[in-house]
Amino acid sequence: MQWETVIGLEVHLQLATRSKIFSGSATTFGAEPNTQASAVDLAMPGMLPVLNAKAVRYAVMFGLGIGADIGRRSVFDRKNYFYPDLPKGYQISQFEAPIVGRGNFEIQLDDGSTRSIGITRAHLEEDAGKSLHEDFHGQTGIDLNRAGTPLLEIVSEPDLRNAAEAVAYLKALHSLVTYLGISDGNMAEGSMRCDINISLRPVGSDTLGTRAEIKNVNSFRFVEKAIRHEFERQVEILEDGGRIVQETRLYDADLDETRPMRSKEVANDYRYFPEPDLLPVVIDEAYIESVRAELPELPVQKRHRFVDQYGLSGYDANVLADSRELADYFEAVVAACGDAKIAANWVQVELLGQLNRGELALGDCPVSATALGGLIGRILDNSISGKIAKQVFEAMWQGEGRADEIIEARGLKQVSDSGELEAMVEQVIAASPGQVEQYLAADEDRRKKLVGFFVGQVMKLSKGQANPQMVNELLAKKLV
Amino acid sequence: MHDKSVAQLIAGLHARQFSSVELSRCFLDRIGRLDGAINSFITVDESAVLAAAGAADQRIAAGGAAPLTGIPIAHKDIFCTDGMRTSCGSRMLDNFVPPYDATLIGKFRREGAIILGKTNMDEFAMGSSNESSYYGPVSNPWDKRLVPGGSSGGSAAAVAAMLAPAATGTDTGGSIRQPAAFCGITGIKPTYGRVSRLGMVAFASSLDQAGPMARSAEDCALLLNCMAGHDPLDSTSSELPAEDYCARLDNSLEGLRIGLPREYFGEGLAADTARHIDSALRELEAQGATLVEVSLPHSHLTIPAYYVIAPAEASTNLSRFDGVRYGHRCKDPVDLHDLYTRTREEGFGAEVKRRILVGTYALSAGYYDAYYKKAQQVRRLIKQDFTDCFEQVDIIAGPTTPGPAFALGAKSDDPVAMYLEDIYTLAVNLAGLPGMSIPAGFVDGKPLGLQLIGRHFDEARLLNVAHRFQQATDWHLQRPPDPAGEES
Amino acid sequence: MAIGQDEIEKIAELARIRIAPDQIGDVTRRITDILGMVDQLQAADTKDVEPMANPLDAVQRLRADEVTEENRREAFQAIAPAVENGLYLVPRVVE
Repeated sequence: MQWETVIGLEVHLQLATRSKIFSGSATTFGAEPNTQASAVDLAMPGMLPVLNAKAVRYAVMFGLGIGADIGRRSVFDRKNYFYPDLPKGYQISQFEAPIVGRGNFEIQLDDGSTRSIGITRAHLEEDAGKSLHEDFHGQTGIDLNRAGTPLLEIVSEPDLRNAAEAVAYLKALHSLVTYLGISDGNMAEGSMRCDINISLRPVGSDTLGTRAEIKNVNSFRFVEKAIRHEFERQVEILEDGGRIVQETRLYDADLDETRPMRSKEVANDYRYFPEPDLLPVVIDEAYIESVRAELPELPVQKRHRFVDQYGLSGYDANVLADSRELADYFEAVVAACGDAKIAANWVQVELLGQLNRGELALGDCPVSATALGGLIGRILDNSISGKIAKQVFEAMWQGEGRADEIIEARGLKQVSDSGELEAMVEQVIAASPGQVEQYLAADEDRRKKLVGFFVGQVMKLSKGQANPQMVNELLAKKLV
Repeated sequence: MHDKSVAQLIAGLHARQFSSVELSRCFLDRIGRLDGAINSFITVDESAVLAAAGAADQRIAAGGAAPLTGIPIAHKDIFCTDGMRTSCGSRMLDNFVPPYDATLIGKFRREGAIILGKTNMDEFAMGSSNESSYYGPVSNPWDKRLVPGGSSGGSAAAVAAMLAPAATGTDTGGSIRQPAAFCGITGIKPTYGRVSRLGMVAFASSLDQAGPMARSAEDCALLLNCMAGHDPLDSTSSELPAEDYCARLDNSLEGLRIGLPREYFGEGLAADTARHIDSALRELEAQGATLVEVSLPHSHLTIPAYYVIAPAEASTNLSRFDGVRYGHRCKDPVDLHDLYTRTREEGFGAEVKRRILVGTYALSAGYYDAYYKKAQQVRRLIKQDFTDCFEQVDIIAGPTTPGPAFALGAKSDDPVAMYLEDIYTLAVNLAGLPGMSIPAGFVDGKPLGLQLIGRHFDEARLLNVAHRFQQATDWHLQRPPDPAGEES
Repeated sequence: MAIGQDEIEKIAELARIRIAPDQIGDVTRRITDILGMVDQLQAADTKDVEPMANPLDAVQRLRADEVTEENRREAFQAIAPAVENGLYLVPRVVE
């Protein structure tokens, strides 16, 4: 039987606030255990939550970013369960009245096609602490620094059909939230964690199968692997005539497998009810408009603009608009050189290539956008060839200076002096009588191929600095 | 000194008739001699009291005194006190010494008031008799066989027995007003949100409110002036500025319209209690007030609604007591589950466990709509009853309790009978209104309280009515026999 | 509403409170009494009545995003039952 995968994702996004959602503790990553856990975070008796304005603003920014309805009166609820990393014995979350309602956004797949993915809702909640299982005489250590870090839980519709779509969705989400500046999107530090709901159904069926939930997957690659693995597991069960058990599973990256979570075996009854220590959050039109006015251009808008304004392909626009930084860099290169297509090519091939090889972030890039624009300018004004430009770029990367300085210092400027070139062309023709004869005997089509030999020889003679266009013209004149 | 009002003590301190150290020593001495028979205090730190009193004396001498500088005040053991045990009447917090002050405690400290000690209370404020305390029951100073009321029973008994000039309490369903009535003192539960809840161990978050307990309305006003006000660290704290609660105490009652809810004077109210309440109301009428019969038609739903909402909120407020970060932890837990279940079995008393279970049930899947949601709907109906009444009248008056204090042990075995004691006080908390109880007579030597209920944030008017009543009567000046049997 | 002993056990488990076997009968009886009293609510007509969570129907104030808390780990952990290397200790947690 052919199976269709149905995937919905719940993404827990840490919001980039300075302080926690309900207390004035710092949210800095990597601090000594429990040094960022205040009386509120520790659920000391009598402590009360007060809501962080920035967390609300960030949630509204996200809502506007996906064209969602903003909850005009959103309510915090208590989600009750006992766990040592949950000091109050309840998590403050939003259940019936989330701050962000239904929305959707466009993702782009590798083949260049786009899909619209529905967002069911997004709500604010607090993160839990961390349990550390290293050996403390057979006990578990609890660090509550992370407890109370603001999270936006973003719930998608079950619109995704395979691992590649799930990853494309996550990448688009990552791009959106970093554009908005509402999260650092640092997956290695847990800023974006994902629960995957996955079920199978026969192709053509429109009822949903029983789903398994895979908790806390924290990289694009693991999401892809966890889905592939879970797909195979479920197919095997279904094809053996078995039934999928609705359960929570854990993806183990070391073993590349999912397994049931023991701690979630007992069906929980979370006893949600409105958090009496907090009041409804009322958001009015004026507030929404003030947030809207501050929204940056979003990835989708930028992508469409790159296609319209610069004539880029959908694929190129997608790569370049992926992050706000890269898009800004690209546009600065265009501004400096004036040619968007060459700029797009250079940024994607040479720049990203160098960054990837060096495992560098754009922020660490040693070549500024104006410097790269300057280099491209030298290709455009025929000072150097594209090939020489790559050498110059390499030297710029090594910190040897600006393009003009390197061209000058290494004497790489293209030879465009017609007298000099004419001499070289004549020298090559004189040294290659056999090839000349062949050329002259050939028809027009074949000549076009054979002329390459002479061009190559001239380039060799000029150490690559001859202006290829002029060489071609001279050869056409001389080879008669 | 011990029988003087707070107002008189302030005057005495400023006239240098006595120092704060002398005053504090007087109360420490009385507590040492007399509290054994009453059990109204859980913790008293003598050296801290005297150090604070010494500092207060210097401040008075330097001319920088605030109204309550140098006045010893007892605090219900529900308010966190930095460096001083805060037990909440529970074994769970028997070893808990918070490294922080409740906002209210901080205000008293800044004012230069002396923290005289921490008073006994029903465990986690759950009770109407002060019998659920881990530290043993409190006796009513008027008759040691009687309960003092609860949950602020220790504060009420301490003030009545003149072991403290005044005290703080908290009121979730009558826990200031009912013990004030039973002990013959004056107490006010302010409007919900008027006094900060930060650092006050939570029982039911949407109902809890702190307030003063003293021997007169004027003294309550003096304390409330220090306690009331916005706290940015409590989301439910009102931003409405607090007023000077002493400013209007003497206003005339001419033209005041007092509503008497039919439902508070019917079946269930003891006849002799009703008689005393009636003559108290005649006194107010004599001062120019008009008595108007009104109705609170949903009164019969008050107890059931309250006993869903309060336990539901409590059940989750008390989840933090898990033996991990502070407080009681069971010995040698074999696993996490054992740590939780045994810590909580040992740390909580029977009534607290009952309420946690009832609250958990009311919130659990399948019952939420029938219990919790229904109770919150009824709550709105109850509040609307008051809103309707306040269109016709300025305040509402009636009995604080169905009768005077009952005997220790009389109801401790029957939770529902105990809950019925709160019939007249619960609605005020559900509606978030201010309410107070003032002494209004005695039945067989047992004090009775008249309850006054006001509009939201109309505390000053309640205090005004109470003060005018106390200017014309002397119920609040009656004193119980000295606890050790000596003449006071 | 009558409530069975098994249901009390389930609720006690949710609330993480151990009830000694010799007390479960008594606890069940008391809670049955309380729920019996509370059940008067069912007779109330609450059609179209909005539930009221806060007596003032007030709305949430927001706090500026500022770090106002300093590290007080030492003071907080001085009152903790079991700590090591700055961590709170609990019996081993299995995920």
